[in-house]
Amino acid sequence: MQLALFILFGALALGGALSLLFQRHPIHSALSLVVVMMSLAVLYWSLGAEFLAAAQVIVYSGAIMVLFIFVIMLLNAGKEDRTRGSRAAYAVGFPGAAAIFCLLCFVFLSERGALGASNIGGDLGNAVDNIAQVSAMLFTRQLLPFEVTSVLILVAILGAVVLARKEQ
Amino acid sequence: MSHLNNFEIFLLLSVLKVAVVLVITLLGVAYTVLLERKLLARIQNRWGPCRVGHFGLLQPLVDGAKSFLKEDMNPLAVERPLFILAPIIALGCALISVAVVPFGAVTRVDGVDLFQIANVNIGLLVILGITSIGVYGIALSGWSSNNKYSLLGSLRSTAQVVSYELALGLSLVGVVLRAQSLNLRVIVSSQSAHGALSWNIFGGFQTVAFFIYLMAAYAETNRAPFDLPEAENELVAGYHTEYSSMKFAMFFMAEYANMITVSCVATLLFLGGAASPFGHIFDGFLSTPVLNAIFPICWFVAKVFAFLALYIWVRGTLPRFRYDQLMGFGWKFLLPLAMANIIVTSFVLAVRG
Repeated sequence: MQLALFILFGALALGGALSLLFQRHPIHSALSLVVVMMSLAVLYWSLGAEFLAAAQVIVYSGAIMVLFIFVIMLLNAGKEDRTRGSRAAYAVGFPGAAAIFCLLCFVFLSERGALGASNIGGDLGNAVDNIAQVSAMLFTRQLLPFEVTSVLILVAILGAVVLARKEQ
Repeated sequence: MSHLNNFEIFLLLSVLKVAVVLVITLLGVAYTVLLERKLLARIQNRWGPCRVGHFGLLQPLVDGAKSFLKEDMNPLAVERPLFILAPIIALGCALISVAVVPFGAVTRVDGVDLFQIANVNIGLLVILGITSIGVYGIALSGWSSNNKYSLLGSLRSTAQVVSYELALGLSLVGVVLRAQSLNLRVIVSSQSAHGALSWNIFGGFQTVAFFIYLMAAYAETNRAPFDLPEAENELVAGYHTEYSSMKFAMFFMAEYANMITVSCVATLLFLGGAASPFGHIFDGFLSTPVLNAIFPICWFVAKVFAFLALYIWVRGTLPRFRYDQLMGFGWKFLLPLAMANIIVTSFVLAVRG
């Protein structure tokens, strides 16, 4: 069951990502990204991280991507024109991508004994109630990173407000 | 069913549950439209639909046939894939939320709970997540219509929905704190101790949260008094101007299905779900297995009906908010009030142990 879910939604995520790259209109790319994120949420859920899956859908697909789509709709960006890529990009791009692909294959194949046996969850026990465990961990052992992250987000919001303000 | 193994029984019963719940939800949507027309009419001192069948009861069927048979116009310059996708997203998300709602008491047949399709530990977050995805239906419909008024209407509506989603989510945190879980069955059973007195709106002291939820829900479903994006005298018809026949019917059904979903969530979280308001006083009275299964469903339907009637009553009574008033209300009043509710609730729960 887990294998079936992984193959199905992994393929969907892959298809969404390829569609993101090859679509000509930015809004189709943005919607493909939404498909990728929702497939990732399903993959998280199939691994037992139910809260993370819900947060991925609510925050990422449901809020952040909506704002992306707002911007694309308001900017009225049209279809991309097909241009011929630069020679330099092709000369560096294809060998570079091939090199990274070979490196990743090498790493995965040499470590294939350890795949699937990792300790998913780390500090979390194997309890049924994922959320109680995550929140207990977040507010006790990871309290400092949590508070610092909220200050960081506040700084980002203030920066956006200052940048978008009209000069009087 | 002894020759089927557990998985096959589960599969068959799930498919059966999905089919029954879907049909009943769609019928509910159709008859909610009729209910609204009749109640609004009575508020406005007129009859409402009364010609087609007794009390207008066949009106939804006739309306459905009319929508189906109208010409499905596709204007020339619309963005075709998104134009067709938007009502599908809107209606799909509105109907999917009913999958996690427990609409009766726990009744197991061969290990499968008959009155809830999917019992997930994060049921409440699933409903909130699906509501967030439903925003895409509105956003894409306005933009793909290639029409200034549709775009403005859809952007206004999207901004309104996204703003009130915050107050909606925060108002539910008090309920979750009391129930100690996001599982909808657990939330319902945390309100079953003493009948109506232990419902979250009374004994759980979530009255303020209930009113925040009410107002945020009215804004989420784009209903009066927050229906500026779809009012007829503003922006033509808002984001569904260019839609005709079945696609328009899908948006229409999505709006009423969202109303039903929101009412179901309010019933589960604040009014005790399928539990009777008399609590355990009449437990031994008329207690056969069949009646024990049917009475909670009747209570659930009655509570959802009351909530829908409240929706329609408010629509017929209050004038519309202006857009800046609407956004100010959501961000500057409801959101701080919801946060204050969380702080007070958690303080009280911490003090009481």
